[in-house]
Amino acid sequence: MIPLLRRIFRTGILTEPPQAAVAAEGQRAEIDRLNDEVLDILGRALTIREVDAGSCNGCELEIHALNNAYYNLEGRGFKFVASPRHADMLLVTGPVTKNMENALRIAYDCTPDPKLVVAVGDCGCGCGEADKLFNENYATCGPVENVVAVDVRVPGCPPTPTALMQGILAAVKRR
Amino acid sequence: MKLLDEAIEFTRQEGAGAPVWVGSTASGDELLRFAIAVHRADGRIAALWGSDERHRGGGYRLHCVFGFNEGHACVSLDLPAEDPLYPDLSGIFPTANRMQRATRDMVGIETDGRDQRPWLRHGAWPSNWYPLRHDSVHEVGMGVGFPNLPSDYEFVQLGGEGAHEIPVGPIHAGIIEPGHFRFSVIGEKVLRLEQRLGYQHKGVEHRFIGMDLAAGSKLVGRISGDSTCAYAWAYAVAAEAACAVTPPPRALMLRALMLERERIANHLGDLGALGNDAAFAFGLTQFMRLKEDWLRLNAQLLGHRFMMDRIVPGGVVVDLEPSALRRIVEQCDGVGREVRAIRAIYDEHPGLQDRFLTTGIINADLARELSLTGMAARATGIILDGRCYRQGYTPPAPYNMLGVRPATDERGDVAARVAVRFNEIYESLRLLREMAVSLPAGELRVEVASVPNATGLGVVEGWRGEVIVGLQLDNEGRIARVHPHDPSWQIWPALEHAVMADIVPDFPLINKSFNLSYSGVDL
Repeated sequence: MIPLLRRIFRTGILTEPPQAAVAAEGQRAEIDRLNDEVLDILGRALTIREVDAGSCNGCELEIHALNNAYYNLEGRGFKFVASPRHADMLLVTGPVTKNMENALRIAYDCTPDPKLVVAVGDCGCGCGEADKLFNENYATCGPVENVVAVDVRVPGCPPTPTALMQGILAAVKRR
Repeated sequence: MKLLDEAIEFTRQEGAGAPVWVGSTASGDELLRFAIAVHRADGRIAALWGSDERHRGGGYRLHCVFGFNEGHACVSLDLPAEDPLYPDLSGIFPTANRMQRATRDMVGIETDGRDQRPWLRHGAWPSNWYPLRHDSVHEVGMGVGFPNLPSDYEFVQLGGEGAHEIPVGPIHAGIIEPGHFRFSVIGEKVLRLEQRLGYQHKGVEHRFIGMDLAAGSKLVGRISGDSTCAYAWAYAVAAEAACAVTPPPRALMLRALMLERERIANHLGDLGALGNDAAFAFGLTQFMRLKEDWLRLNAQLLGHRFMMDRIVPGGVVVDLEPSALRRIVEQCDGVGREVRAIRAIYDEHPGLQDRFLTTGIINADLARELSLTGMAARATGIILDGRCYRQGYTPPAPYNMLGVRPATDERGDVAARVAVRFNEIYESLRLLREMAVSLPAGELRVEVASVPNATGLGVVEGWRGEVIVGLQLDNEGRIARVHPHDPSWQIWPALEHAVMADIVPDFPLINKSFNLSYSGVDL
């Protein structure tokens, strides 16, 4: 037990100030304001359901990273949940495969209104190099917007955790 | 030359890759006899796929890659254009079952086996249309207009008092890829697990057709994002063998350096997640922090957090300066110290060990039966690592100069896979330090001029196990067929066995201890 506690204290708090993570002037106040707004509107954290509708798992690795101590998304009032019924936002990676099309539609329909959809990655957004590789074919419907309405796009192959944070914030701001 | 005293004639593939022999036959019986000989020699089925050769004046062709002590043997079986039927190999190698069903769905060549359920085809295209047949590829619209129909799947059902099913997926509770698991349980006890995959099927093999080698390299790096270096390297080996090119020594060592960094990144992430799945959040926090540091250095020195598109046919596109190599060595020292300290905490934590020990057991006999490779096989005590010397086998450069020590553990449970992952981190850290001081000078890349109608096969020991890429060029030197094979094909069925004696809440832990790829097998 003592080595464990010692390690926790030695590691300290690693969470970066949002300036470093979001890399734009005045963003810290912006994030604080958004946190307040999210709390005002919802009275709780913004909840996110991630749906992998056909990615290569690259985007998922970066979405995992959002919850590490450096980015600490959950500590900033954004929580990943297990059911779309508990979610305010769907974070969808693509290209949407035909075999996942129905499951994605069901997840979307299960998410209570008003809901936000963020498309993640070049395949999910239909842009960049990866889109040329993964555009529509017999097995895929193409980008997320071909299946459900998308509010914000986060391109990248895969997008960095910082870009993902910016995208999630941008989606919240739209409301 | 002959292999294993069988009739099929083989030739050794040239190039810098792992030892590969290539042979062909027109007799299904010869293939069957060779498969039995491989099985007797404690070998395994390593990959299986089909191709349409009708536009070249042939019929269809089945390609089987077998692994045995000395390396890999790729056997092609020519099949007639009418009624292309080949002998069922799943009686010898049970894990051939899903590969054969996928091959039927994609190319339309069939076995006489009993299990004829579709595998990759759900309801997105009709059962008499085959995406990889030459006429489908050149069809207007290429099958985009088919209605996406709901599909049913015949799961094996268990009866009896108190037995019931728990369907899980395709969307899982966490941030993971989609797939369906059907548990048959009594109370908490798992009687049977059956997987249904294919949800990630995005027609990757179809997309390769007609690409040039450079575009194919980008696509192959996105088959499974966590193994991008392993796939890119295996593809490069196949392309280099096909085009008779040898990459420069510096490029080979930089490839190995990236592959080992990929291995460590994945082990770090999974060791953290394994702690978390046993309600030990401390482990997740600590390991995810180490992984983030690791990925950030990748981005700084190699230009991409996961090192996508750094390995290309002919060599690599990124170089490391002496100062960068020093930073890698420093990071290895730091991470090594930290991982050792956290391992001591893991090992002494009674709650964690209680969950890890005796959970999800696979023994060595089952591992051989299911043709397992990689960390999953080594955690049953099998000494099988493509990077290591063994009697009769020389690893490919640069591993032949590094003296890699395989990490094994005979227990076969989650604890064994955790131990193997820890030991592989230590070994890969040692390799990184050694490569940083012994990186040869010279070119990074040689030109690869595409050779029409050439073929090649690449085998690379990725962090999950053997990643195999088969490549075939057309008469203009563009890609006619690429088949990427993920080790998860064989390990997924092992997971069905591993959970059988355990309870439902242990499943996430057992699953994470393997952390298999969905995208890599759904293609």
